[in-house]
Parts: sequence; structure tokens; C-alpha cells
Amino acid sequence: MATETRKKFGAGFSIGMLVLKLRTLIAFFVVLIVFSFIAPNFLSTANLIVMAKHSAIWAILAMGMTYVIIGGGIDLSVGSVAGLCGMLAGGFLTEGLRLPLFGIVIYFHTPMVILVVLLIGVLLGAVNGLFVTKLGVAPFIATLGMLYMARGFAMLRSGGKTFPNLVGDASIGTTGFPILGAGTFLGLPLIIWLAIIIAGVAAYVSKKTPMGRHVYAVGGNEDAAVLSGIRVNKVKMTTYMFSGFTAALVGLIIASQLVASHPSTGETYELTTIAAVVLGGTSLTGGRGTIAGSIVGALIIGVLNDGLVMVGVSSFWQTAIKGMVVVLAVVIDQYQLKKQNEAALKEQTAIA
Amino acid sequence: MQENEPGLIMEAKNIVKVFPGTTALQDVDFKIYKGKINVLVGENGAGKSTLMKIIAGIEKPTSGRLYMYDENDRQTEVSFTSTRDAAQKGIGIVHQELNLFTDLDVAENIYMNKELKRYGSAYIDHSSQGTKAKEVLKRLGQNIEPNTVVRNLRLGQQQIVEIAKTMIDEPKILIMDEPTSSLSAQEVKVLFKVIQELKEQGVGIVYISHRLEEVKEIGDYITILRDSQLIETCEMAGIEMCDIIQKMVGRDPNQFFSGQAHKIGKEILKVAHMTLPRFGGGYTLNDVSFSVHEGEILGIYGLMGAGRTELLESLMGIFEKAEGEVWLEGQDLHGKDAKDRINQGLVLIPEERKREGLFLNLAVDQNLTMASILRYIKGFHILKNLEEKRVSEMISEMAIKVSSPQVSINALSGGNQQKVVIGKGLLTKPKVLLMDEPTRGIDVGAKSDVFEIMNSMANGKFGVVFVSSELEEIFSMSDRILVLSKGKITGEFDRSEATEEKVRRASEIGHGITAEAH
Repeated sequence: MATETRKKFGAGFSIGMLVLKLRTLIAFFVVLIVFSFIAPNFLSTANLIVMAKHSAIWAILAMGMTYVIIGGGIDLSVGSVAGLCGMLAGGFLTEGLRLPLFGIVIYFHTPMVILVVLLIGVLLGAVNGLFVTKLGVAPFIATLGMLYMARGFAMLRSGGKTFPNLVGDASIGTTGFPILGAGTFLGLPLIIWLAIIIAGVAAYVSKKTPMGRHVYAVGGNEDAAVLSGIRVNKVKMTTYMFSGFTAALVGLIIASQLVASHPSTGETYELTTIAAVVLGGTSLTGGRGTIAGSIVGALIIGVLNDGLVMVGVSSFWQTAIKGMVVVLAVVIDQYQLKKQNEAALKEQTAIA
Repeated sequence: MQENEPGLIMEAKNIVKVFPGTTALQDVDFKIYKGKINVLVGENGAGKSTLMKIIAGIEKPTSGRLYMYDENDRQTEVSFTSTRDAAQKGIGIVHQELNLFTDLDVAENIYMNKELKRYGSAYIDHSSQGTKAKEVLKRLGQNIEPNTVVRNLRLGQQQIVEIAKTMIDEPKILIMDEPTSSLSAQEVKVLFKVIQELKEQGVGIVYISHRLEEVKEIGDYITILRDSQLIETCEMAGIEMCDIIQKMVGRDPNQFFSGQAHKIGKEILKVAHMTLPRFGGGYTLNDVSFSVHEGEILGIYGLMGAGRTELLESLMGIFEKAEGEVWLEGQDLHGKDAKDRINQGLVLIPEERKREGLFLNLAVDQNLTMASILRYIKGFHILKNLEEKRVSEMISEMAIKVSSPQVSINALSGGNQQKVVIGKGLLTKPKVLLMDEPTRGIDVGAKSDVFEIMNSMANGKFGVVFVSSELEEIFSMSDRILVLSKGKITGEFDRSEATEEKVRRASEIGHGITAEAH
């Protein structure tokens, strides 16, 4: 029995360690309980679904970000890429793709628009990846550049104006776009299903496939990864492309929810996403973190956002409180890591 | 109280230093004489650098005492809280690697963190720093302008700046750890002149080197360490070169070596004209060619900077600039990266396990299977049971001591960590195993385990190439010995014809010390 438990939780298992390990989840429930006492309608089904929808956005972005960060990088461009992708989708739906050089306009069907925009998101991620791997630009700088470039192009796409009323035009087959943001399946909003599917795939890949292992290896020790036969650049490229994909998806979802795309959509989303990931116990130095942690981190951010609004806390305080939560989470994280190492060392010395 | 020996400046008595898992020093005494060159020799892992770190205040001894003596030979016990503290008490150390800020100028480097101030403490007094730096450099017989940016100095001059850095504290003792390892013959001559001058000024010099010829030439006293213990301490004049070697190597060579000669088969690895240009001119590897046969252990010996590590790494395809051909079992490996080469059956156990071998963020099991994970998959899916099976097989085969396979790699001792790195390599089922200093920093028990693995690889008709800077290891393990010096092969010996002297001599070719200094 004892060895079984140890096998499951790793060396140095104890109740205290378990509490420390599950702290994000515990914190999540504490937040839920506290708000449910203060705000009367907090636990109503309607409110829970609204909060889940908000959290889904953070969760989707956090999946891409978690991979990038575990792989030893960072992606500051997700907010801008989401904004640009929303604008591109809006443009395709209302104007089609103009190619003045050939004097033609290409109209895509709605599913095609979604696919093309997702592909563009992946390509923007690939550009980030190329800068980081082939050109050796520090991830922070490369993706900061992309943050500005993507935002600039989003503004340029429409001269800073909004693409309104994206209900589409039956004559060019672009109807149905709002379904992505507003549709439901088996009683749950589509975007919650999307978040669940993406989180499921992300968790599976990170735990059960060589690709997942390789991301941890690259983030932990790049030199050792090379000598272990891991193609480091390929792994990094993949993480940035996945992050681009999640950013594009979020851009599409928001445009669909608002039935409009605005060029400043997604501003500071990168920071909230990083906060969610860090809250979930992922280390910014790379090599350490879990998908499950990031999901809970995204939930906390989502619930905290909505809960503080419902309770009537001023928006200035909301910002300050979120900051404190993130810092506190990292402090506890460091403490847990120290304790865990001490426990492992103790067990190890006992047998040596 | 016992009579103090005259002429002493410092003495370490009964020093013991224990690190988790190993004892680095066991009851060691060390005397430093004033105005003399006190040489410290020993093989890697003998405890030299630990002893120096204790004397320089970098490490604290587990037990034992340090004494310093004044002009009247009066004894005071000392203990150091930091290097800074040790420096203030008159101890300077020049490390093997240069620790300079290459984009700052000479004077700024010399006065780093000891800046001369004016107007209270707000401003650095650059002009008097410059004047004083010039004085110090002159005292060292060097004509280096204090406002030269360090990057623009030659390596030998940078070494002098390192010495100057310690000189401004007016040290009574100057520790030099392998100061000549990266210098040209000309620069070595200049350095020796500087050392002679310091000696005449009454500084007690502690000199650590692997180059015995050089040590014999300039040393006054010699202390020999082996396996964390003091073996001999005497005047240099009273000891012969062969005695020094014998005392350094000491233990019965058969302690490790099983005595078995291996059955050598056909050629398995062939390397031709491997060349690696050095950044800034010259070559790190210069036209290196050799081959390895089935069942053969090839030992590569060379001094620091001879290109040993680079040779093994270029076989793995790490350097884009490396030119030359590598064939494994007749297959040309040209244009293949490390992953392809591992698949073909070549694997490298790197020299610095923490930097290049281990994933400190992961557990033992994931470290073990990192290079071979693609062998345990079905589609995209890792077959957990198969992976766990391989992990536990390897843990028992290599006798790795772990509380559970899921324990963090951080918690393991150096020897067990090294076994994990080797296990990771073996799980890729290599045909030729490349090992870079496989026994560095691990205890005697783990060492003999490592040797056993090498022997069993060879008996299994695989090839083993290993690099070591310990001659004893080279002699006891190798079927054939290659000697590298300055990126070139300067000697190749069969086990039967190799002698200590031949190998040592070959390893110093190109350094020109023996030829020019006499």
C-alpha cells in the first residue's frame, strides 16, 4: 500500500506534501466557496456556465503557452495574434480575400475561413519559432516583436475600424460564423467543448507521447537534449506553432461571440495567460509544469475575474488582487519545490 | 605546544572534507613555505582543488584547522568566512579558468569590487586605479596599458591580469591552479618569470599542475595527494620523477582492471581527417584519423585543451563547422545529426553530467529513457509498462541506488547520477560507446562499476572509446591508447608497448615546455 501510494505521488509522499501539490486546486475551491457566500447567485447554473465560458478562453490560450514555457520559451504575441486573426476572419467574411494584382476576389465558406485563419495562426507561431531557433533571438524579444507586428497589421487591415455584424452573406456562403461563439452542444456552449478537447489533447500529448517528453527535456537541459538525440529546434517550433494555433482559435471565438472583430481585441491577454500558467505551477525557467495545473490556473483567473465583479470590488482593486494572487502562488511554488527536494534527498540518503 | 617550523607561512592540519556521498579529503596536512613554490600534484579527484578551495575560503572544511604564521613564526589559527575574507588575510587564488570581465578594461578588472573611491564613496577614482594598476603590472614585469579592454589582450596577458587582480591585496600566499593549461610556450616562459619574481618578493606560491616536467622544474616543495589522502610531502630536490608518478598513481593497477584482454574483431568505427577550426584562428582538431574495432576499448589521453571532448562531440555531429568523415559499420555518417547517429548506434556519455547529461527537472526513470523513448511507443503512445520494465532492468543491471524510479535525479549522489547517464546511453543499444571522462567526480566503488560496464561492452563485441586525463585509468582499461595534443594525434600505442613516459611525452608535444625551458 505504502509503495503504491509512493508510486503514484513520487518520493517524499505525506499529507502535507499532498496539500502543497494540490494547492492550486484547493485554492480554486476556496475561491469558489468564498464567492458563493458573498454573492448570492454565484453558484447558479447560469452563472457557472458564464464563468466557464470566460475561463475557456484563458484555458485554450494557456494550453499553448504552457507548452512554450515548459519548452524553455515564452510567447508574448498570443494576444496580438488573436486580435489579428479575428480581424482576418472578419475581413474574409465581409470582403473576401482581395488579390488586386490578379484583379480577383476569393470568397471562402465559413468553415474554410475558420481553417484558413487557424492556419495563419500556426504560421505566425512558426515565424516566432524560426526567430527563436534559426536566428537565435531570445524568445522574449522575438515574440515581443511579433506582439507589435501582429497588432500593427490588425490595425492596418481595416485602418483601425471594426468589422461589424459578422452574420455573413448567404450569397457568398459566409453565414453561420456566430455559431462558433454562441452555439451549444448537449446543453453546453461549443467553446467549452473546444476547451475540453484541446486540454484533453494537450494533456495526453504531454503525459503519454515522446513529443511531450521532449518538450520537458528541451526546457530542462538543451545540451543534454541534443546529446539524447532530440531535435531541439523541431520541438521548439512545434510549441510556438501550437501556441499560434490556440491564439488564432481564441481570436475566432471572440470575433464570433461579439459578431464583430475589433483590431484591439486581445490586448494584455498574453499577460493574463502567463499568469494563469504560472498560477498552475509551471516554472518560467522551463522544464517544469503540467497541463492540469494550467487548466486550474485558467479557472482561477476566470472565476476571480467574474467573482470580483459580482461582489462589486472596484476594477482597480481587481487588478491589484490578481497581481497578489500570482506572486503568492509563485512563492508557495518555490516553497513546495524546496520541500519536495528535501524529502527526496532524505529518502535517498536513507537507502545509500 | 610543539615547536613551529621556521619559514612557514601557512599550515593546514588534519583537514577533512565530506560531500554528500563522497569524502574529498581525509585527514590531510599541507604546509606552505614563504618565498617558495609549493607544488601540489595528484590525479583528478585526488582532492587538490578541494584543498585549495578550503585554503582560499571558498569551501569550509568539515573538520581540521588552518594556521597562519607571522614574521616571527608565531602561530595564529584562522578561519575564513568567504574568499573576500581570505583575500584580506593575504590569500590570493588564480583559478584555472579565467574569471575576467572581457568588455571592461584592465584596471577595472583588477579593481573589481575593490574600487578606489573619491568624494566619499560615490565615485570611482579611475585615474588612481589606472596608476596603481600600472604599478602592479610593472611589478609583474609586464607592460600592459591599464586602459586596454581585456578582450583585446592575448590569453597569456589575460592570465597576468588575473594574477595582478590578486596582487593588489598584497597576498602572502598565491594559489595557482593549472596556470599554464591554455598558454603557449612563450607565454609559459613569461609566466615562470613572473612567478620567480613573486617568489623573490617573499610570496608563498602554491602551484597545481598536471605537467610534471614543469612542476619538477620550478617547484621547491612537493605534496602528493591520492584518493583524498596525503601520500608524500617533501623537498622537490629529494624526489625523482618516477617516484612522483608512482606515488600519484599508487594503488595496484589490477584493482580495477580485470586483466582480461579483449578479443578484437573487425573495424567498426572509422574516423578520417576530422578537423575543427577554432574560433579566432587555428584548429581545435587538426586532421584526426583513427579507427575502433569490435570488442576494443580505445583510450584517448591528452592534457587540458588537447581537443579530447571536441573530438568525441564532433563524432556525434554536434559541430556544424567540423569537417571529416565518420563511418560506423561501413555507413557514412556525413550530414547526420545526433539523433540519426544515435539510431545508427553511436552514443556519447558526456563529460559534465549536470551540464550535458542530465535533466535535473525530471525523475530518474524519465532521464533513463530520454534517448531511447522512441523504442517504447506504439503510434504516438508511450507504452508505460514496457518503459517501466526497461527502467527497472537498467536500474538493477547498473546497480543504481534509488528509493524509487520516480525519485528526482537531483537527490542522487554523483556516482549514481553518472550511472543514470550511462544507462540512458546503453538503452539506445549502441554499437560504439563514446565516454568522456566517465569516472570524473565519482567514488571508487562507482568507478569500478563503470569499468565493469566498459568491459562488458567490449566483451559483447561492441566498441568503446573513452577519454580520460588519468593515466592509470587509461593504462588499466585500454586495448590501445591514442594521445592527443593541441588537436593532433601525437601518439598511438598498443597496450603492450605503452609506458607512462612515452604517453606523457606524447601528450606534451606542441607545448614546447621541456624543449625550450631547459
